Amino acid sequence: MKRFLIQRLLQLIPVLIIMTFIVFSLVYVAGDPVALMLPEEASPEDVARVQESLGLNEPFYVQYGIFLTNAVQGDFGQSYRYNQDAMSIVLERVPATMELAIASMIFATIIAIPMGIWSATRRNTFIDLFITGSSVLGKAMPNFWLGIMFILILAVNTQIFPVSGRGTFMHVVLPAITLGTAVAAEMTRLTRSNMIEILQQDYVRTAKAKGVSNGIVTYKHSFRNALIPVVTIMALQTSTLVGGAIVTEQVFAWPGIGQLLVQAVNARDMAIVQAAVFLIALLVIFINFIADVLYRLLDPRIKY
Amino acid sequence: MSQQVTPEPIPEPPVEPTPESKRRLKKSSPITRWAKLLLKSKTGTVGLFIVLVVFIVGIFADQLAPFGVNEQNYANMLAPPSWAEGGTSEHFLGTDNLGRDILSRIIYGTTISLLVGIFSVVVAGVLGMAAGLFSGYYGGWLDTITMRLVDAFLSIPNILFILVILSVLNPGILTLIFAIGVTNWVIYARLIRGEVLSVKEREYVKAAKSIGTKNMTIIRRHILPNVFSTFIVISTLSVATTIILEASLSFLGMGVQPPDVSWGYMLADGRDYLATNWWLATFPGLAITITVLGIIFLGDWLRDVLDPRSQGR
Repeated sequence: MKRFLIQRLLQLIPVLIIMTFIVFSLVYVAGDPVALMLPEEASPEDVARVQESLGLNEPFYVQYGIFLTNAVQGDFGQSYRYNQDAMSIVLERVPATMELAIASMIFATIIAIPMGIWSATRRNTFIDLFITGSSVLGKAMPNFWLGIMFILILAVNTQIFPVSGRGTFMHVVLPAITLGTAVAAEMTRLTRSNMIEILQQDYVRTAKAKGVSNGIVTYKHSFRNALIPVVTIMALQTSTLVGGAIVTEQVFAWPGIGQLLVQAVNARDMAIVQAAVFLIALLVIFINFIADVLYRLLDPRIKY
Repeated sequence: MSQQVTPEPIPEPPVEPTPESKRRLKKSSPITRWAKLLLKSKTGTVGLFIVLVVFIVGIFADQLAPFGVNEQNYANMLAPPSWAEGGTSEHFLGTDNLGRDILSRIIYGTTISLLVGIFSVVVAGVLGMAAGLFSGYYGGWLDTITMRLVDAFLSIPNILFILVILSVLNPGILTLIFAIGVTNWVIYARLIRGEVLSVKEREYVKAAKSIGTKNMTIIRRHILPNVFSTFIVISTLSVATTIILEASLSFLGMGVQPPDVSWGYMLADGRDYLATNWWLATFPGLAITITVLGIIFLGDWLRDVLDPRSQGR
């Protein structure tokens, strides 16, 4: 286990380097941020002075080195729009996005795992057809449209939920369902196919043959084993979740990182774009790492 | 309850086909075989039907749309669909805030969705196929570098990457195709590489190598045809996710720009009129859902046909 942990951690280094390199070079290509920072009537000398102070005259690899050194310290420079340290602005938005992501993960798990088991144990019945059908539909609907339809039906027409914003429990319900639907769809499908596979295993047949009740076979023998890949999938879905959050936050005016990022991209506020992308990527990499470790802990068949 | 599927060893075809065996192979042409399999699958048939309709609408948008894409009818602004109260028969799905016909705009949007969906899949597919083939076949440092690159790309949600690219380049259809293409190649690279790793251990590849066939020839003649079915399945399903991605980006205002029209862009427009005019945001979303559903059905069916092991999963 120790060897595996070290190996896995070492693997993260090139991933992080490449990730920062991509983020940096894109912004490097974006060109001179000085034009956006200074007033239009700034003299060429002023421009040169600011370029000099920001290190923009240095060659590409030197700039990347500086960027990397600063990034490690969480310093992505000043946001020209807020006149504040970019990372601290991004960090302010983290709790909102976390709240949304966790809520939708809970929603997805609560829906998907029972549904997956249910349809696997009643394979090829109407219920199975209905559940698999709904999960395909859940994947096909774009989440922002789903969100808009929720707002239309449950917030505008019937006024059960607030239209947008963050605050009470009621505020988080619609965004969480919107964001969680695609994840739930994928998780249902996977739980179902894992359960089907496991229900055909010899030990399940043996258990049934010796007269163990259906409930115990389903939950004790099958479900626990089916859960292992689902853990990995939950982690892999973080990426989908974060991607979806960017759009969902926009639909519900949810004050998270996604909303900030979209505003920053529109305003070409590169310091914030870099900080947000860096932080999100770091989070996704970290969660994937945890999932990998967890997967190995859960499944004793995997040797390190 | 079906039995567990145990993959049976498939007999390898003879190395040099005799004229007799060639004729027999031709007779049961894949098209007739596929058509039979397609008709057996209800969802596959529905999927193919939807995809065909979407293609026809997309190709003949100019002929099919009753109004121009940006043609404004000031007398009929925000007209509801024809069956609703106050609707006119002229505008079947109603009009938007500028009096533009929603049905026509959805029809024109089909063309854009298909263009972006297909071409970005082509860009991603070609890049990913090449990366997967070479890194899987040659292995070594090429493989290590490619796979680390893939890991890095996969660690960031692709919409983030695309947003960063779109913040640098000017938005538009071509930028969109480029941005989606260069970020989605990793999915192909990883899956194709996995297939290549297993195919290159097969007897016929080893045999070809032992008689001194050039590497490029082996890749082209022996590896490529064997990973192609995987490629087709991923590509089909990728068109579906790409259409959603394009709509999402256009919804955020960073994808297709006016005067071009996109379903996502229409949705963003319609959101502002949600409280009073529901039809603006409802129909473009339905168009996306139906199209994507059709492609998923078709893709799932293709997977079942091309990879019998995955049936019923």
